[in-house]
Amino acid sequence: MSDHDYRPKSKVGQWFNDRLPLLTLANHLTDYPTPKNLNYWWTFGGILTFCLITQIVTGLTLAMHYIAHADMAFESVEHIMRDVNYGWLIRYIHANGASMFFLAVYIHIFRSLFYGSYKAPREIIWIIGIIIYLLMMAAAFMGYVLPWGQMSFWGATVITNLFSAIPLVGEGIVTWLWGGYSVDNPTLTRFFTLHYLIPFLILGLVVLHIWALHVPGNNNPVGIDVKKPSKDTVPFHPYIVIKDGFALLMFMIVFAFFVFYAPNILGHADNYIEANPMVTPAHIVPEWYLLPFYAILRSVPDKLLGVVAMLSAILILAVLPWLDTSKIRSAVFRPLYKQFYWILVADVLILGYVGAMPAEGLYLLIARVATAYYFLHFLVILPVLGFKEKTLPVPLSITEPVLGGSPNLAVARNKESKIE
Amino acid sequence: MSEKKTKRRDFLFTATTAVGAVGAAAVVWPMIDQMNPDASVKALASTEVDVSALTPGNTLTVLWRGKPVFIRRRTQEEIDEARAVKMEDLIHPEKDEDRAKNPEWLVMLGVCTHLGCVPLNDKGDYNGWFCPCHGSHYDTSGRIRKGPAPWNMEVPKYEFVNANTIKIG
Repeated sequence: MSDHDYRPKSKVGQWFNDRLPLLTLANHLTDYPTPKNLNYWWTFGGILTFCLITQIVTGLTLAMHYIAHADMAFESVEHIMRDVNYGWLIRYIHANGASMFFLAVYIHIFRSLFYGSYKAPREIIWIIGIIIYLLMMAAAFMGYVLPWGQMSFWGATVITNLFSAIPLVGEGIVTWLWGGYSVDNPTLTRFFTLHYLIPFLILGLVVLHIWALHVPGNNNPVGIDVKKPSKDTVPFHPYIVIKDGFALLMFMIVFAFFVFYAPNILGHADNYIEANPMVTPAHIVPEWYLLPFYAILRSVPDKLLGVVAMLSAILILAVLPWLDTSKIRSAVFRPLYKQFYWILVADVLILGYVGAMPAEGLYLLIARVATAYYFLHFLVILPVLGFKEKTLPVPLSITEPVLGGSPNLAVARNKESKIE
Repeated sequence: MSEKKTKRRDFLFTATTAVGAVGAAAVVWPMIDQMNPDASVKALASTEVDVSALTPGNTLTVLWRGKPVFIRRRTQEEIDEARAVKMEDLIHPEKDEDRAKNPEWLVMLGVCTHLGCVPLNDKGDYNGWFCPCHGSHYDTSGRIRKGPAPWNMEVPKYEFVNANTIKIG
């Protein structure tokens, strides 16, 4: 993995490292050369790692008190909230932690979209990321079912029924998922099992995600390759560690605000009513982070096509590296793409808003236009833009714009060594 | 060596792979099938409901196999309205006569065929049911008329045990 030969200083370290080269790995991670122009949008990888670990730790502790049974789940969650020492804190961190996780992942994804981080040679990093995102959605959905409130129950009913849209085998698949003829105890116990499993799958994929990242190295705001050898990079430790740490601190302030001052603002009051298979809540809405896709589902008047559109909206991201035909990575040098990028951001926010509103009248019309535009962006605008767009001149190296220097790389390098 | 000749070893490879695949499938299937409804779930097959208290124009909702079942005692207007509908106006054409053998009694699963929510009584554009989740409208025979649901609400197997009791399932 490492470009250079590393040898631990101590005798014990050498003895250990010859048998299991963990210290070589640690050395690679600390020395890992990182572009020196990374901005704060690059700190969300570290923040996401923090989110994953927070969810695993709080999830494990909640599982010590939670009872996965249709008759007892709702009560056991109330028991956690009222009786268990600091149960309220752990549960609020876990529930709001899911929202914070998605907030961070959306920023992380849109950062990739802006700076073209999904392009060659980083396609595999991107695709692993999309798989992680899909697993996150599955974990969040199943976790939301566990408190066995009204939204849990009806959310589970609606989402599992999506599979009934599959011709011929759909109904059989839904019965198989439920383990019965409706969402009931067998459904709850298997969702609990899978909710417990998925975070560890994500953890494994995160290792692959970082491994794949460390092969070509980070993309950067300028979107050009690091010149080797050059002064384009700084070692991960201490430079990036300190910067990531500071960003994480800021992020934790936002996190703590939700946990301590508005712990239920992102949830639904209906979920404090125990699940009742006889009554559907008047207005079923998924959690905020799934709303754009929910809007796409509802904007199509046909059941099967609605489900197909919703899944395509996510899966289309996996082939993005081949839909974007532009050779330039960063939107900084793509004046037209930059505008379309912000239109896409607005489009997704609008989809999220109409996803929370009733599917009728003007809301439905807006949802349809926004859905059409979403696909237009990926299937038409991006492929065409790569050929039509007149891009701005890209600097010769990362160091050049940092020093505000000349377009001549040699001069820039000289200047830099003088500063040192 | 270059000529293609089936050898003893090729036969062994094929046979081993085939036996291995069958063995793997035999182990995987129980892992998949354990998720299907178990014997205790299947045993809850039927429910008997006393409907003597139900007056015309009212609906009783009972739970059967974890799902709500609507038992509607329809008024004459509702029956007339349901029977007057032309087949070509229906998304999922079914005669009301086939859905309600005894016209006064409509028995069906109170489950929207779109994504499984419970539709609301006496609501919607067709005086029948309206699903609040994604806006499907059903008529007084529980047939889908407008919205994303693909089929009419399902009529389960049921029978009148006597004048006051319906057995569902």
